[in-house]
Amino acid sequence: MSALPTNYLAPSGREEAWRFTPMKRIAGLHDPATTIADRISIELIGAARPGFTISRIKAADLPAKSSTDDAVIQRVRADVSEVTHLRISQEAVVAEPIILTRKAGNGGEFSRTVITAGAHSKATVIIENAGEATIGEEIELRLEVGSNLTFISLQEWSANAVHLGRHHAIVGRDATFNSITVTIGGSLVRLLPTVEYSDQGGSAELLGLYFATDGQHLEHRVHVDHGIPNAKSRVTYKGVLAGDQARTVWIGDVFIRGNAEGTDTYELNKNLLLTDGARADSVPNLEIETGEIVGAGHASTTGRFDDEQLFYLMSRGIPMADARRLVIRGFFTEIINRIGNEAIEERLMSRIDAQLEKVGA
Amino acid sequence: MSQLVIKNLQVGVETESGMTEILRGVDLTINSGEVHAIMGPNGSGKSTLAYSIAGHPKYTITGGSVTLDGTDVLEMSVDERAKAGIFLAMQYPVEVPGVSVANFLRTAATALRGEAPKVRTWVTEVKEAMSKLAMDPAFSERSVNEGFSGGEKKRHEILQMELLKPKIAVLDETDSGLDVDALRVVSEGVNRVKSEQNLGIMLITHYTRILRYIKPDFVHVFAGGKIVEEGGPELAERLEEKGYAEYVKA
Ligand SMILES: Nc1ncnc2c1ncn2[C@@H]1O[C@H](COP(=O)(O)OP(=O)(O)OP(=O)(O)O)[C@@H](O)[C@H]1O
Ligand SMILES: [Mg+2]
Repeated sequence: MSALPTNYLAPSGREEAWRFTPMKRIAGLHDPATTIADRISIELIGAARPGFTISRIKAADLPAKSSTDDAVIQRVRADVSEVTHLRISQEAVVAEPIILTRKAGNGGEFSRTVITAGAHSKATVIIENAGEATIGEEIELRLEVGSNLTFISLQEWSANAVHLGRHHAIVGRDATFNSITVTIGGSLVRLLPTVEYSDQGGSAELLGLYFATDGQHLEHRVHVDHGIPNAKSRVTYKGVLAGDQARTVWIGDVFIRGNAEGTDTYELNKNLLLTDGARADSVPNLEIETGEIVGAGHASTTGRFDDEQLFYLMSRGIPMADARRLVIRGFFTEIINRIGNEAIEERLMSRIDAQLEKVGA
Repeated sequence: MSQLVIKNLQVGVETESGMTEILRGVDLTINSGEVHAIMGPNGSGKSTLAYSIAGHPKYTITGGSVTLDGTDVLEMSVDERAKAGIFLAMQYPVEVPGVSVANFLRTAATALRGEAPKVRTWVTEVKEAMSKLAMDPAFSERSVNEGFSGGEKKRHEILQMELLKPKIAVLDETDSGLDVDALRVVSEGVNRVKSEQNLGIMLITHYTRILRYIKPDFVHVFAGGKIVEEGGPELAERLEEKGYAEYVKA
């Protein structure tokens, strides 16, 4: 446990970081007047295997390594007494993915998880979030030298869930961080997928997919801090919106500091609006303090259906409705197929299909 | 025996300054088994003609008619035109991310044949067609046209034509961007479908080299949104030598 900063001020919603978030719907997660249970609901699916360990550690013995100015995460850090620590052993190659599931149940939860990828290890960690919950959580991913970690977080929440989280990777020397964030459930989800580098030669790929239907607010605030030379980052987030009051926010902050020579970065956000009444905000933001870089770029598109794709498919005899379905599914599968686990990919696609069906898209 | 009849076709596009006229009365009849080469300068409206036949929503038909065996094509939706037997090999085939070539081809074949092709025979059919076009079978798993080279896209167009077996094909600069070997392979593909299906072909091109493989019965010079001269294969040779100067001066 750490103390809440003495100058802690619950955000009002007017702050830059909160201006898109409907504060009334975050169930007091930001407000010290609201008590949130300190509990851990994360569990390993299946038996323990060689190559990694999961333990609970006193929060004071495993403090966060990174700093954050996010109000909810500051509260999480102040309130949590125990931390879940998943440690992938040095040089271990864990063949099958390590799947963690969160059984949050109803009611609130603050929790912290630390995932350490030991030096030269290789593993995939999947976190499944489902059911109803009101949760503020932080996952810190620490990639030691030469490690290769794939981190997949699935937000398959039920309709009323509220999830505010920070998934922060600290990428070590020559380490490779691949992440996939899929957010399709929940009433309000606000995630901070963030990356920093602790040494040279690190590489990070952040893939994301979000799908908002009627009334959902799905917000992803990516931040990549290039404060070390010769590191690479790739960010690709795709969003689909359908139905009344479907709302998504994507922020892509990439910061190349003055000493970060040899940085190579590109970020992309694409949003597909399927119906009227939906709104996607997309704000890529690249700040560069040195010209000595390999490359830096960003692109953002938000649009309706691509008529050229539809025409192409239809010109081969495929009827309009089927052609639309193919294009929309294709938009999703580009990211979903990267998960590399057939059962999970099918589960996600069938939920996506059901949601599409519901909004008549 | 099929017949595509284009009569006095006039087509425009909606622009900020109103309707811009592009096709100014095109007349052309294509019968099964015939090859009609269309040659003309850039911007003369060749692709517009091709797209209008296929039903691209960008173009507005302002006059004239297109019929296939007496049935009004312009009344049909895009997919209905394909079902009626019209195929367009595009000058710039469209990328469809996340949709695999295998899925795309199977969906198209299912739509055109009215039932899903039997899995085993279909896989063999696709493999054979790909190998005839010297395409790596790995293309099946890739997204439609995504990251394909110019030549690979054109082969993929002809692959679709082989599998979908149309009656009338419009090939819009299928030869552009092909190296000599690819040109031969693609031309052989076109000729195969032609002899198997008795395909009628509208072949839009800038070069005579493809006409050495796919022999035209008729050559039409296209300029200013219409056909300005017609002749036999010898006309193509003359065009390649002399260009379009005599047709474009207002
Ligand atoms: N959406 C549009 N808005 C305005 N003008 C258009 C539009 N689409 C086509 N045009 C114009 O119509 C004319 C004919 O274009 P088209 O693509 O049919 O030519 P083309 O003969 O196929 O040329 P190329 O040999 O270069 O392929 C051109 O002048 C083009 O700029
Ligand atoms: Mg053209």
